[in-house]
Amino acid sequence: MTDGVEERVEALWAAATAGDEHAATGLAMDALDAGMPMETLLLDVVAAVQSRIGHEWAANHISVAQEHTATAVNERVLATLAHRSSRPADQTMGRIMVACIDGEWHAFPARLLAEVLRVRGWQVDYLGAQVPTPHLVAHLHLTNPDAVALSSSLAIRLPAAHAAITACQAAGTPVVAGGAAFGPDGRYARLLGADAWAPDARAAADLLAAGPLPRRTTSRDEPRQLADREYTELTRSAGDLVRDIVADLTRRMPQLAGYTEQQLGRTAEDVAYLVDFLRAALYVDDPELFSSFVGWMTSVLAARGIPESAVPAALDALADRVTGYPRALRMLARARAGLG
Amino acid sequence: MVGMVWEDAPYPMLAVSTTGTVEQANKAARLLLAGPVVGERVEHAAPEWLSRAHFGCGGSERYGEIGDRVYQAHAVYAAADRVVWWLTDVSGRQHAVDSLREWAAFLAEASNELLPSLNLDRCLAVTACLAARRLADAALVVLPRPGRRYAIARCRRGGEAVREDVSIDPGTLPGLAEALQGFPPVPTRWVAPEEAPGWALRDGPGEVGSVAVTALPGHGLPAGALVLVRGSRARFSDDERMFVRLFALWAGSAISVARLYVEQTVITETLMSELLPPPTPALDGVELAARYRPAGPSERVGGDFYDVYPVAGSGRESLVVLGDVAGKGLEAAVLTGRIRNTLRALLPLADDHHRVLELLNGVLVNDGDPARYVTLVLASFQHRGPRVAMRLTSAGHPAPLIMRNDGRVEAVPAVGTLIGVLDDITSVTDSVVLEPGETCLLYSDGIIEARGGPLGDEFFGEERLSEQLRQCAGMPPEALAERVQMLASQWVGEGEHDDMAVVAISAPRAAGEERL
Repeated sequence: MTDGVEERVEALWAAATAGDEHAATGLAMDALDAGMPMETLLLDVVAAVQSRIGHEWAANHISVAQEHTATAVNERVLATLAHRSSRPADQTMGRIMVACIDGEWHAFPARLLAEVLRVRGWQVDYLGAQVPTPHLVAHLHLTNPDAVALSSSLAIRLPAAHAAITACQAAGTPVVAGGAAFGPDGRYARLLGADAWAPDARAAADLLAAGPLPRRTTSRDEPRQLADREYTELTRSAGDLVRDIVADLTRRMPQLAGYTEQQLGRTAEDVAYLVDFLRAALYVDDPELFSSFVGWMTSVLAARGIPESAVPAALDALADRVTGYPRALRMLARARAGLG
Repeated sequence: MVGMVWEDAPYPMLAVSTTGTVEQANKAARLLLAGPVVGERVEHAAPEWLSRAHFGCGGSERYGEIGDRVYQAHAVYAAADRVVWWLTDVSGRQHAVDSLREWAAFLAEASNELLPSLNLDRCLAVTACLAARRLADAALVVLPRPGRRYAIARCRRGGEAVREDVSIDPGTLPGLAEALQGFPPVPTRWVAPEEAPGWALRDGPGEVGSVAVTALPGHGLPAGALVLVRGSRARFSDDERMFVRLFALWAGSAISVARLYVEQTVITETLMSELLPPPTPALDGVELAARYRPAGPSERVGGDFYDVYPVAGSGRESLVVLGDVAGKGLEAAVLTGRIRNTLRALLPLADDHHRVLELLNGVLVNDGDPARYVTLVLASFQHRGPRVAMRLTSAGHPAPLIMRNDGRVEAVPAVGTLIGVLDDITSVTDSVVLEPGETCLLYSDGIIEARGGPLGDEFFGEERLSEQLRQCAGMPPEALAERVQMLASQWVGEGEHDDMAVVAISAPRAAGEERL
């Protein structure tokens, strides 16, 4: 059955990046008609194309607009497949709610999981991207699912994820966390008290099939390092911090003097991102989270032709402004050392 | 002699030297401890807990079992070299304490399991399971539903709850009808097993001793009844009576809150369905996508709205309306509902945008409430071969943007006055033609007035929107609408924002033609 998987990935990739929805959905339907199991199509073709879209964007091989178009086409493929596979009579496994954390726009992984779970016989309530926690909880009370699967791809959403996880548990529903935000080994999912973690849709579906997650009835104590003064203060002053650092950078880096307002705006966005990740690292007290983001950002900026001195300069400027925060300083020093 | 007084005292007494030898023991002690006592080591003569207490290593717990009773030991330091231990029988008290502890633990479990959920089915199931854990061998919760149906959750001890909707006659179980009525409160009704119907005993123990029916009062509303099926013939003890009442009160409250929640949600859904943004229909020769995001995190509707009418005016054109009323939240949403209804009534006139706006203006001005005004944009369109011809009119609303294939982004002036304030309005209708792959974007000011960004306090603004759109040439409308909403939402970050609405109308590319 793996026959043809690679060719179909290539064909779907071509259709998605060309923005050709009809060709893309046609390809998916052809695969089903040719006998490819729905789950293989979802996980080994559609998901493979999606992950390629992400890689190609990070490597600057496709533009943001192309990335967005390709994702939209691929999502349309998922929706079409969902239409094809929905047979309520088969939903005997139980009920699962699937949603993205508030602020999380990357709905694809959650949607993929929703479809895989449907194929495997679950009744699925898919709430989509960017679900405010009050909506999530209101829905929980109405549907009383066996578990909630929460997806988040960016670590800067971890504080929001923490709020969502604890709120769902307080409403008596166990939580499976998934997505890149929770760390490669799911360490942040454990730290934030999720009942389970899965690295991808297949693993999440296997985990849920293995048996019911226990409903937690008593609340747990808050991990000590969460939401301390450093995180709170940095969150409060993030805007000022970014403004000061951009001003600093224009002094330190002569190249920036010739930047247009738009370019400066983009620099400010990059700096804001850096601050967001430092906040997230403080929230979960993991310097590695920040260091690995800095490494990733350095390579992405290099691919976009931004001078390689920009990141260390920004880290130095940031360190100058958080002198009262020992944890933040240690994280900055470590990330700086990692850049060599 | 003091010793004589001890000898006949009703409480067991032991005098023990500091080294641990029992020097004296009265009659009660000798009877209690049976066997040689005086002259023995305390650890041989007395139970371990007492000797530990004597040598000071028993902590503060100076009580324990002797035979089948529980004694408390009181030390009297009679002289420097010995301790006199008086033992008092506290079996009754100990039993009471243990029993209270068990009840307290049960109530703690009950609140942990009942309180988290507002889900009615779950509350019924949890109530049945809790009752079967402590109060009976099997338990049923019965709740009337509309149409002479009854929701029943049943659970046997150690089992899982089963939920079913059945039609039963409550008259067949004595006391059930009164309990279901809830008020005035009725005491628990005991029913002989032979008087109870089969449906009530189905999960019971092999031999049913007794059946109790008790009301679940919830916030002054009847919240069903609890049926306890017990193997024992005995009725409630005093403790049980008290805690069953307490449990019934908690369970009843949980069930009644959950039921109110469901009822309110059903009402809200019904009323809300008119106000929610509509699905976008498939149109011939035109692609269309929309996105909507209300301001509050717990709201689903707001002051922005859009509608898509596949057929309007003399029937050749379709019409999209996107608007924004003053205010936010439900109140604003109710006003959008009225405006949408009025516009629907004016559809036959849609060939003349100015006339539609004029009439809508008249309706709102005659309302007499100056806070009731609206800005909106009307977009009529029809496909002409591969192209789409549009007529656009803006009434005090942000200008529609046309995204050309070469990356240019053009604002359509089409300016006019807002609706609902002045007696007379002006409006300009502009015509635009979309080539295949080009898009017209309608949006509300929630997009450009999104406040945030890297510095936290800047508006997203038309400039930034246009700059972003220049990079989005050729995108399908679905991806584009999502991208615009995403950009504005990300710009806002964790801050507050206004309602946001986006509609993208595109002339589709011919099949097989590359977009980018």
